[in-house]
Amino acid sequence: MLDLAWLILVFPSVGALINLFVGDKLRERGIHIVASGAVVLSFVVSLGLFFGLSGLDEHHRTATVHLWDWITIGSFTAPAALLIDPLSVTMALVVTGVGALIHIYAGGYMHGEQNFQRFFVYLNFFILAMLVLILSNNFVGMFVGWEGVGLASYLLIGFYFDRHDESYGHYADAGKKAFLVNRIGDFGMMLAVFLIWTSVGTVVFEEVSLGAGALTTGAATAVCLLLLLAATGKSAQLPLFVWLPDAMAGPTPVSALIHAATMVTAGIYMVARTHFLWELAPMAGSLAAWVGGLTALLAASIALTQVDLKKILAYSTISQLGFMMLGVGVGAYAFAIFHLVTHAFFKALLFLAAGNVMHGLPDGELDIRKMGNLRAKMPTTYKLFLIGAAALAGLPLLSGFFSKDGILLHVANFNILLYLIGLFTALLTAFYSFRAVFMAFWGEARDQHVHEHAHESPTVMTAPLWVLAVLAVIGGALNLPFLLTLEHYLEAAVGVPAFHPNWTMEVVLLVVSAVVAVAGVGLAYGRYIKGSSTAAGRFSAGVARLVGPFEPLARNKWYVDEIYAAWIVGPLLALSDWFNEVVDQGVVDGAVNLVGQANLALGGALRKVHNGLVPTYALSVFCGVVALLLWFVIGG
Amino acid sequence: MLSILTFLPIVGAIVVLLAPSDSLKKWLAFGATVATFVVSLLLLPGWQEIPDMQFVERYAWMPDLNIYYHLGVDGISLWLVLLTTLLMPIAVAFSNQHIKQNLGGYLALMLLMETAVLGVFLALDLVLFYVFWEFSLIPMAFLIGKWGSQNRIYAAVKFFLYTLAGSALMLVAILALYFNAGTFDLLELQRAGLPPGLQQLAFLAFALAFAIKVPLFPFHTWLPDAHVEAPTAGSVILAGVLLKLGTYGFLRFALPLFPVAVANYATLISILAVVGILYGALVALAQRDLKSLVAYSSVAHMGFVVLGIFALNEQAVSGAVLQMVNHGLSTGALFLMVGMLYERRHTRLMKDYGGLWASVPIFSFFFLVVAMSSAGLPGLNGFIGEFAILLGTFKSSPILAVLGTAGVILAAWYLLHAFRQVVQGALTNPANLKENLPDLNWKEIGQLVPLVLLFFAIGLAPNFFLDKINPSVAALEVVQTPAVGHELLVDSSDQSKQDSDINPLTTIY
Repeated sequence: MLDLAWLILVFPSVGALINLFVGDKLRERGIHIVASGAVVLSFVVSLGLFFGLSGLDEHHRTATVHLWDWITIGSFTAPAALLIDPLSVTMALVVTGVGALIHIYAGGYMHGEQNFQRFFVYLNFFILAMLVLILSNNFVGMFVGWEGVGLASYLLIGFYFDRHDESYGHYADAGKKAFLVNRIGDFGMMLAVFLIWTSVGTVVFEEVSLGAGALTTGAATAVCLLLLLAATGKSAQLPLFVWLPDAMAGPTPVSALIHAATMVTAGIYMVARTHFLWELAPMAGSLAAWVGGLTALLAASIALTQVDLKKILAYSTISQLGFMMLGVGVGAYAFAIFHLVTHAFFKALLFLAAGNVMHGLPDGELDIRKMGNLRAKMPTTYKLFLIGAAALAGLPLLSGFFSKDGILLHVANFNILLYLIGLFTALLTAFYSFRAVFMAFWGEARDQHVHEHAHESPTVMTAPLWVLAVLAVIGGALNLPFLLTLEHYLEAAVGVPAFHPNWTMEVVLLVVSAVVAVAGVGLAYGRYIKGSSTAAGRFSAGVARLVGPFEPLARNKWYVDEIYAAWIVGPLLALSDWFNEVVDQGVVDGAVNLVGQANLALGGALRKVHNGLVPTYALSVFCGVVALLLWFVIGG
Repeated sequence: MLSILTFLPIVGAIVVLLAPSDSLKKWLAFGATVATFVVSLLLLPGWQEIPDMQFVERYAWMPDLNIYYHLGVDGISLWLVLLTTLLMPIAVAFSNQHIKQNLGGYLALMLLMETAVLGVFLALDLVLFYVFWEFSLIPMAFLIGKWGSQNRIYAAVKFFLYTLAGSALMLVAILALYFNAGTFDLLELQRAGLPPGLQQLAFLAFALAFAIKVPLFPFHTWLPDAHVEAPTAGSVILAGVLLKLGTYGFLRFALPLFPVAVANYATLISILAVVGILYGALVALAQRDLKSLVAYSSVAHMGFVVLGIFALNEQAVSGAVLQMVNHGLSTGALFLMVGMLYERRHTRLMKDYGGLWASVPIFSFFFLVVAMSSAGLPGLNGFIGEFAILLGTFKSSPILAVLGTAGVILAAWYLLHAFRQVVQGALTNPANLKENLPDLNWKEIGQLVPLVLLFFAIGLAPNFFLDKINPSVAALEVVQTPAVGHELLVDSSDQSKQDSDINPLTTIY
């Protein structure tokens, strides 16, 4: 079975090619069946890989499927080969599973779109690139998928390349921004690969793992810092997170699949995949943890203030990715991957439910201030969104509760301040998730026009969500405390964590997390439903007054975009203009023309002397030859 | 065989001039270039993956002066020959569609140029090389000067004089080599070895000629002028093939003949290459004219090639050889596509376009693939070359590799900028509407498809190409034994030793 792993790549490739070349003859239905069918088949292959791998001995659950020799120059080789191990199979299951559901959903969501065919070509291409990213057995192969998903993301963000509005500006610019910001991260990735190869002599993960001992702590730290830069790009962390909110310009299924469930988790996956390097570089790990923690806090603070439903979810994604980064930073790889999986379920669910809201409201309205009482009009979507929000908020016994708590448990052992930041962020998370629920689905309808036209979505757009909803609820069972199944399963790929919490600590922190989540929901309830007349309402109003001064800052996203524009992009563009207008045309070309004119003048003068019989060119050659002859005769 | 290959185009040129009608001229010219391509493909079946020259031909030409007609091809020149013979039929096919004035003369000049360029890639005698080298200038200067746009005379004269001036000193140096070693034969000169003093001077003379041709910063200003004024097929050949004469010259002549000088100047030239990468990319970003944007992108891309050559190790030099081919394919395709737009709308300003994806989807899709190839997207050709170059450069000089890698970010910036301006955005100009702007026809698609297929072939199966390049690169003396005194160089032939001895961090931090 494992030998057939390459099939997992074949299906989406074939799907994309069929739809690219003959999609216009297939019509919507045919296109949708081809694209979704391809991903479903890949999911079946993933299942096959999972069972094939389970058949192997627990401690040697890893297999390499060599496809062909890709790049060989001297002592450098990068094969095209797949690494099948618990980590890659877990990722493949999520990517193809959630991917298949979203493909099915998108058939309904994109119905009637002008570029229906193009959309599904991109979407299949994305799945292909994502699978290359997670299955490659070496850094260079992973980089192919890494930039490939970037291209897919770029194309899908700019899918409505001719639109622009107040919330997202020109959609095409949002795509460009995503690609370029990611390229800054890719810059780090390329340098990391160079450094790994020059120091260890190979780029194949398993060989680097074996040879990592040759790395000095300094070299390992440098490699990990470069990888961290790459991860902050792809997984939207400080300082490179700025592209993800704008990425919401893409169609909502794209936001769910690429910008929440799968692609953005690539940075987390990559760190887990290279855990053997991070174990040599504790300083880089700490930095990753702090980056993750601060990103989680910062993004959650922004999410509190947004009024666009998709942007709330986008900042929430950044924040949750921060949690995962925090997890890998402190060495809790299995829990970070666990959270990655549960987050894929509930965040995809939330985005698709938001897609239903957008789909069911006039003009694709997303402003939660214009909503209210939507549960009357969209009961199914309401239930789905509520389940997603509850899982995101980390309400007890739902999937997000267990995975987030697992990370916090390891963070508590690592650094108490970071733990408190994480806990506070969890509080904010619960608050903003239910702020969205209450403002959109509860209370009074605030815009009659919007409310009148609101309608529920068709089955094709709700059925896949129920699957996700079930997973969002029971996903925690993948890794129940004290049973530890996923964590144990992943050990073969990411190693055994150094830290084993005792029962008391585990139970205490579990209770603390539960209290915090419930408190967050309660605060939101008090503020958005009860009003300031009640005790709960007065309390949350008091909290609101306390943090009030920060509100404009958070609403304006802490001005990070503006700072980048003023300090980096602006100066570079000015430099570009200056180079073009002054340096190139003036100085460099000016010098050339000056030399040219001087020569012509000189030629003219010489021509007078020689009566115009000898062209300057021949003359100079002649002089040169004579000079050389003299030099050899005299010198030699 | 190599003689047939080299002179088939010139025979074609004569036939084309004699042909009575324009339509016959078109078919004859296209047929001649296709025939040349087919002949060049015959090199592949009998190819041996060895470092030596293959298909060698050697006849006495001027025996008194020890000048030989000496041709041969190895892993360094093989793909450049094939690149030339592939781009030519495409350029001729494009010209056949659009050139109206004095078609016969135009096509004959194209064919003459093909002979000259193939001669440069195949010649192993310095005099023969020099003859072809200078000869390649004349047809291009005429193509620009006669069939170019408004400012063509200035551009043609500048192109001609600048590159001619560069190669004048090279002739002097060639003569100096002859007086020293008594031969013009490249392989004999290589075996004989040259005194270090002569190497220094001769290298500078050769390097000036090659640097102008590449063009290496700061010798690049003839290029945008020439490109903007040149007819489309001229730009395709200029960027696709003629620029490679410079980098090929470094590889074929400068590296084997002047190893001491190369070691001395490698750092300086590498720095100029990196400046070219960053500077070219930033200037490209400021362009409003799509064609000059592509022209400046060539300055940046050729900077990568030079950087690779002077990193002086296997990975970087093999990558540089492959990148020459990649640049020829990608930039050739870019100029072709700019030409296809220009023939429809008669403007090259990006602001005159916008939203083309709605009106010309086939064009837009090709433009996307070509731009991604040029931006070095992994999975396509450009990445393989850039990656190998930067990897090798990192080994010899991490700082330059870091700066070069930054150039990869900038490349994405100007290409996406162009894509954003032309293809994306709202379609506001009525001249760009579907009714007024036809999409690519099957002839144009036919011109682009071979290039795009090669993007994927090189990107996914680069070893088919590298396996033939590597042996010749590994045999270069400078690549095998780094010269003393160039402290950033690292011995690539002894990987394990290098692993333990060199900590790259010491050079970064």
